[in-house]
Amino acid sequence: MEPSIYQSELNLEATELRLGLPGRTNNKRSSPEDRSRSISISISKSSSVDSSGPSNATDHDDDDDDHQNSVQPAKVQVVGWPPVRSFRRNSMQQQKQKKDEHNNNNGDGSAMYVKVSMAGAPYLRKIDLNVYNSYSQLLNALQNLFKCTFGEYSEREGYNGSEYAPTYEDKDGDWMLVGDVPWDMFTCSCKRLRIVKGSEAKGLASL
Amino acid sequence: MNYFPDEVIEHIFEYVGSHRDRNALSLVCRSWYRIERCTREKVFIGNCYSITPERLIQRFPSLKSLTLKGKPHFADFSLVPHGWGGFVYPWIEALAKGKVGLEELRLKRMVVSDESLELLSRAFPNFKSLVLVSCEEFTTDGLAAIAANCKWLRELDLQENEVDDHKGQWLSCFPDSCTSLVSLNFACLKGEINTGVLERLVARSPNLKSLRLNRSVPLDALQRILARAPQLVDLGVGSLVHDPAMETFAKLMTTMNKCKSITSLSGFLEVTPRCLTAMYPILPKLTSLNLSYAAGIPGSDLIKLIRHCKKLQRLWIMDSIGDKGLGVVANTCKELQELRVFPSDNIGQHAAVTEKGLVAISMGCPKLHSLLYFCHQMTNAALITVAKNCPNFIRFRLAILDATKPDPDTNQPLDEGFGAIVQSCRRLRRLSLSGQLTDKVFLYIGMYAEQLEMLSIAFAGESDKGMLYVLNGCKKLRKLEIRDCPFGNTALLTDVGKYETMRSLWMSSCEVTVGACKVLAMKMPRLNVEIFNENEPADCEPDDVQKVEKMYLYRTLAGKRKDAPEYVWTL
Repeated sequence: MEPSIYQSELNLEATELRLGLPGRTNNKRSSPEDRSRSISISISKSSSVDSSGPSNATDHDDDDDDHQNSVQPAKVQVVGWPPVRSFRRNSMQQQKQKKDEHNNNNGDGSAMYVKVSMAGAPYLRKIDLNVYNSYSQLLNALQNLFKCTFGEYSEREGYNGSEYAPTYEDKDGDWMLVGDVPWDMFTCSCKRLRIVKGSEAKGLASL
Repeated sequence: MNYFPDEVIEHIFEYVGSHRDRNALSLVCRSWYRIERCTREKVFIGNCYSITPERLIQRFPSLKSLTLKGKPHFADFSLVPHGWGGFVYPWIEALAKGKVGLEELRLKRMVVSDESLELLSRAFPNFKSLVLVSCEEFTTDGLAAIAANCKWLRELDLQENEVDDHKGQWLSCFPDSCTSLVSLNFACLKGEINTGVLERLVARSPNLKSLRLNRSVPLDALQRILARAPQLVDLGVGSLVHDPAMETFAKLMTTMNKCKSITSLSGFLEVTPRCLTAMYPILPKLTSLNLSYAAGIPGSDLIKLIRHCKKLQRLWIMDSIGDKGLGVVANTCKELQELRVFPSDNIGQHAAVTEKGLVAISMGCPKLHSLLYFCHQMTNAALITVAKNCPNFIRFRLAILDATKPDPDTNQPLDEGFGAIVQSCRRLRRLSLSGQLTDKVFLYIGMYAEQLEMLSIAFAGESDKGMLYVLNGCKKLRKLEIRDCPFGNTALLTDVGKYETMRSLWMSSCEVTVGACKVLAMKMPRLNVEIFNENEPADCEPDDVQKVEKMYLYRTLAGKRKDAPEYVWTL
C-alpha cells in the first residue's frame, strides 16, 4: 500500500493514547519489575522531563529511541492522574488559554483540550492538541483512539476511499475538513473535532 | 425508657442529630424504630441506587432534608464514561408524588436536568435550600426556575458544576419579594450576570451571610456589593483585576475595612497580584482561605499574604507557594486544621512542593487533621516525621504527580512511610495512596487502620495479597476504589460477604475477569455488580476469561437499576 504523505517513521505506540501507564499493552500486564522502575508521566509540558528521567522504555521501544530523539517527544497522558477533579482541570486550562491568548502566545507549554466525537460512539473523548506537532501525529492518534481509519489525504479529494474522515469546528462555527490549512493555523482555530463517516465527508470535500 | 410515653421519647430524640446516632436508635427496638422514623427529618443516602425513593418516603414521612450522592468518586477523574447514571429526576418526581414537605436538597455527582429543577421549584412550597456539588446537565434556565418559584429560598449553593449558560438573566428571576437569601454561591457559572440586578438582590437580603461570585463580576461591582452587605461572613471574589481607575481600588479597600465579619474568603478566579492588597484588611480574621483557583499569583505574593493570616484553620492553595511558602504557613497558621495543596501547571519549576513543605507544616501545625497534598516527590523519612508530629489525621490524601515514584533518597517504595501514618493516626478515616508501593503497605493498613472508611489506591501493590490484607483488616471500610493494580479474582472472591458491609467497590484496569464478577453477582443477590463494556458492541457477550476494564459494585435494596446505559452490564 502506498504510504500516505502523512506517514512517518514515528513509533506509533509511543504516540498512542491509552488508558494505562506506558509500557503496558492490552494483552499483558507489566511485571512488578517493570513497575518498580519510576515511570515518567508528564502532564502538560512538551519538552520537560521529570527528575527520574525518560525511564519508560520497554523492550520494543528501545530500537526506536533514536527516531524518538529526532522528533519532539510525544507525551503519554494517563487518564485521571493526577487525581484533579475535571471541573478544576478544565477551569485551569481555560484560564491558561485565556492568558496565552492575551499574551499572544501560541499555547506553548499549555494544554489545548478539544472534544472529539464520533458518530455511534457512546461518549466523547478529549485530546490535547498541543501534544501533536503535525497532522500525521494527530491523525494517527485519532485512528488509534477510535479504532478507525482515515484514508489518504489529498487537497482535491479529501480523505478519499476511507471509512472515516476527521472534521473540525472552527472559530466561526463552521465544520471543516482536517488538513486543509497549515498546522499552526489549525490548532488556533480548532474548537472541537468530529469523526464522520467517509460518505458524509465526501460531500464536504467535493464542494 | 420503655415506660415513657411516646411524646417524651420523641422529645429526647430531637436532641439526636447525627445520622449514625439516629440509625443506631432505630435498631434498639420496634417502638423506637417507629418513633425514630416518624420524627426523622434529615436523611443521607450515600448511593442513590442503594434504595428506591418510594421506600425512603414510606419509611420517613416527615422528611424535610435529603442528601443524595450519585456517580462513583472516580467519576471526578474522568474514569466513568458519560451517561452512567445518577439522575435526580425520579427522586424529585417521587418526593413530589408522595407530598413530602421537602425543604432542603443536597446533591453530589448527580445528573440534574432543567426539568428536575423546574419540578423541584414548583412541587415544594417550603423549599429553602439547594446545594449542588459536581453535578451536570442543568443550565441557567433551571436556575431561573428556582429563583422565580422558591418563595422562601435561603440557600442556593453551586459548587464546581458544569453549567451551560443560556443567557437568560436567571438572577433577574428572583422576585422583588424575595428577601430571605442567606447563602448564594454561583462561582462556577461561566456566563455574564447583570451586576445591577445582583446589587439590588444583595441590597434586599439583610440575612445574606455567604456570597460567592463568578468571574464576570468585576472589581467595581464587588465594591458596590460589599458596601451593601457589610454583614457578610463568607465572600467569594469573582474577578480582582487591576482597575486603571485607582479611585475604585481605594474605594474597595475602604469598603473591605468595614467588612468586620468576613472569616471565609475564596474565589479570585481572575486576579492581578497587585490587587490582593485590597484583601489585607480582612486577612487577620480569616479562618478559611481558598486560593486554589487563583492561577498566576507568584509564590512571593502568596507568602506576603499568608503572613497576615494568623487565625487560619482551613487553607486551600496552589503548589506555586512552594516548600518555602509552606514553611511560612507553618510559622504563621498555628490553628491550621485542613490543608489542600493543588498542582499548578508549572511542572518542573522550582516553586513546586516536595516532602520538605509537608514536614514543615507538620512541625508547625499540630492541629492538622485533613490533608490533600499534590507534590513532586515524597520520602519515607518525611512521612514518618509527619506521622510523629501529627497523630490526629482523619483524612490523609497524598498524590505524587509521578504515580509510581519511589522514595528519591533511598529508591525504596513508600510502604514504611504510609505504614507510619496508619500506625500513628488511630483516628484515620480516609486515606489515598500514591508512589511506588508493594503489598507491604496494605499489610500495614490492614493491621493498623482500624477506623478507615475510605481507601483510594492507584498503581500500587504486587499481588492479590495486598487487597486481601485490606479487606480482612479494615473492619470499618465503606468505600474502596482501586485503579491499575494487579489485584485479581482471588482477592475479589475470597470474602464476598464483606461487600454487603461496604457502600461500594470500584476496580478498574486490574486483573479481575468477567467470570469472577459473574460468580460474585450470583453469590450476592443484594449487590449490583456493574461492568462497563466500552469497546465492544452492546450485544456481544464477552468471554468469562476476559479481563474487566471497569467494575463498580454496590450493595442495594433496589435491585438491578433500569436506567443503566448500554455499556453498563449489571450481572
